[in-house]
Amino acid sequence: MATSETSNIKRLQVRRFKPEENPKSTYLTEETGIWAWMTTVDHKKIGLMYLASILFFFFVGGTLALLLRTELLTPAQSFITADTYNQIFTLHGAIMVFFFLVPSVPAALGNFVLPLQLGCKDVAFPRVNLLSYYIYVIGAVFTLIAIFTGGVDTGWTFYTPYSATTGGNVMMMTLGVFILGFSSILTGVNFIVTIHRLRSPGQTWNKISLFLWSLYATSIIQILATPVLAITLLLLTMERALHIGIFDPALGGDPVLYQHFFWFYSHPAVYIMIVPGFGIVSEIISTFSRKHIFGYWAIALSSLAIAFIGFLVWGHHMFTAGQSSLANMVFSFLTFLVGIPTGIKIFNWVATMYKGSIDMKTPMLYIMAFLFLFMIGGFTGIMLGSLAVDIHLHDTYYVVAHFHYVMMGGMVMAFLGGLHYWWPKMFGKMYNEFWARIACVVIFIGFNLTFLPQFVMGSMGMPRRYFNYLEQFQGYHQASTYGSYILGIGFLIIAAYLLHSLLRGKKAPPNPWGSRAMEWQTSSPPSLHNYEHTPVVINGPYDYHKPMSEFQLGIEGSHNGHGEHQHTETKTVEADK
Amino acid sequence: MAQTSANVKKGDHVQHHFVDSDQQFESAKMGMWIFLVTEILFFGGLFLAYIVFRSWYPELYLMASDHLDTFWGAVNTVVLIGSSLTVAMAIRSAQLNQQKGLIINLAITIALACIFMVIKYFEYTHKFELGIYPGAYYAYDGIPHDKANIFFSIYYMMTGLHGIHVLIGIGLMIWLIVRARKGHFHSEYYTPVEITGLYWHLVDIIWIFLFPLLYLID
Repeated sequence: MATSETSNIKRLQVRRFKPEENPKSTYLTEETGIWAWMTTVDHKKIGLMYLASILFFFFVGGTLALLLRTELLTPAQSFITADTYNQIFTLHGAIMVFFFLVPSVPAALGNFVLPLQLGCKDVAFPRVNLLSYYIYVIGAVFTLIAIFTGGVDTGWTFYTPYSATTGGNVMMMTLGVFILGFSSILTGVNFIVTIHRLRSPGQTWNKISLFLWSLYATSIIQILATPVLAITLLLLTMERALHIGIFDPALGGDPVLYQHFFWFYSHPAVYIMIVPGFGIVSEIISTFSRKHIFGYWAIALSSLAIAFIGFLVWGHHMFTAGQSSLANMVFSFLTFLVGIPTGIKIFNWVATMYKGSIDMKTPMLYIMAFLFLFMIGGFTGIMLGSLAVDIHLHDTYYVVAHFHYVMMGGMVMAFLGGLHYWWPKMFGKMYNEFWARIACVVIFIGFNLTFLPQFVMGSMGMPRRYFNYLEQFQGYHQASTYGSYILGIGFLIIAAYLLHSLLRGKKAPPNPWGSRAMEWQTSSPPSLHNYEHTPVVINGPYDYHKPMSEFQLGIEGSHNGHGEHQHTETKTVEADK
Repeated sequence: MAQTSANVKKGDHVQHHFVDSDQQFESAKMGMWIFLVTEILFFGGLFLAYIVFRSWYPELYLMASDHLDTFWGAVNTVVLIGSSLTVAMAIRSAQLNQQKGLIINLAITIALACIFMVIKYFEYTHKFELGIYPGAYYAYDGIPHDKANIFFSIYYMMTGLHGIHVLIGIGLMIWLIVRARKGHFHSEYYTPVEITGLYWHLVDIIWIFLFPLLYLID
């Protein structure tokens, strides 16, 4: 076999390409103008368009949350009616889950970083990438129409038979989410193919970053779970339009079947939301500990393990919905299993920091917050997964607090960490480190003040989604509401200094964090085609014991399709438009 | 695997971010296969609904299946299998640079797909005349079972969604013919023909499962 293997080895003449300090032309300075942006197939610009969209929806969803919390300051009705309250919590959930959390890291940050980390010029299907963005926009338009034509008061889960019979414009909303699903599917397909086919010379599977592994695992969940959501919502839409009765007990259908369908997507969907966050954590921890990641394969494969086990646990949302006790036990056991790969990750991250030279810059600070908050979220999840405890805690604020600790304490912290980490690469500007750290601390305090009391009142029996409550809970509700205001202030600080950074931020060097990862070995911001050469990879992205010069190699004499091939190059670009 | 050489001569059809034609072709094919996986899961939800209700009301399925026309269902099966053959022949023609063969085979495929839809149309209208509508609108009393409406909801959802896929396939192949007439496809570049062919085989295979599950169980 040895001879056939040697015949596969190809000799490449390489030399070092130092990233340009002051790039004259970047992707931000080329192909400017509204029309060029709207029709761009450049993954970086599409990533930024996604980023702007998800931040908009995060703002909308966050404002709705503040309205809810304000109403809950007192047990009595203060400024919104019960019906409006129902609509607002539905929108808060649906917008945050479908329009922010699901696309946040893969479609926004992932789109930007993935080809950079592979050393290719774009994702495998750039036009499909643009299409997926517009599908997202169309889904958003449908949802906005639903809001202004009657609203939706079903909760983000759209449980039947209520969702099939209630007033408002549920159909528009479910159609919106149905359409949105295709955006998610197309992104998943694009990422899997790109990681398989467009890696740089020398970049074997053990040399791709853990962020890519996590995106890979996420994409697998996206393509396997999202179609099931699509068919579920299509059936629900048909239920409302044609009364087909598959989920409607009045017509002979079965509402629990809807719950099975829905959670077969929506449980894996929480891993769509959190697994890319794990990838960001791996990147940041290694970079700011200046140390090789501990347990590369353990972290990479545990992402895939989570993706796999995540498909087998959906029944734990239906412990009280009349499942057989055997099914309950199996689902409970499998739910505990998910804790194992997640625990493996946590231990590996902590081991990476051990004896590293840790630099508590803003991204790392967010990751520390992530570790604390996500652990609380994870352990309370195990508690909810145990049958007896769940009977008591089902549909209480305990579940709300658990979910927010995982999604906001986990995912949003990782997202903010990633946003701050890649901000200099995206815009070529630094942000104010002092204010960034302040904001991180404010958010950490505000977050805990908001959601810790919810664990307490949930375990005392405060049910979720209620407009009124008993007076004994008022103290907890008030603490939670004040906490949410602090959170709001934290996000306003972030908005302020990021805006300031965009307008008058200090120029960012190509590699402000001294990272060995590949996306930092090109200029900040990168040129239109990411690299001016064809990068060659000989080391892993976390090999901090090797000199920087070994991470900036490219093929000698190549222009990455520019220069000598300039003529054909421009021709292809024109054909794309 | 990603392979790079600085001086590879690129054809006109190779997009700028691919190194060569092979990489582009393999990527497109892989993307289509993954997309087909999502299609299977999409239909999988309906198959699951079918299984759940069948396990609850096995006698209903036997009774209701009697009211589906096995003969025309069988004809449609033959028609679709035939169209899979012609689409495969179209790919072969493209590989061999046979422009005329490519266009003729695609045209036959479209014709067969249309025949399928026409037969489906007559099946549907016949049922509507009897009052066999889905769900709440069900108004037929020839089946002595109070859940007969659910069976036909599932029937209409499965065959309807499949029909929409057939229509999309027809649209794709018309687009292929337009491009083929302009001479876009040749032995070096026939990716759209290949991946449309893959899509068409999936549409075909889903019908091959639908036919026995709905028509042949009685």
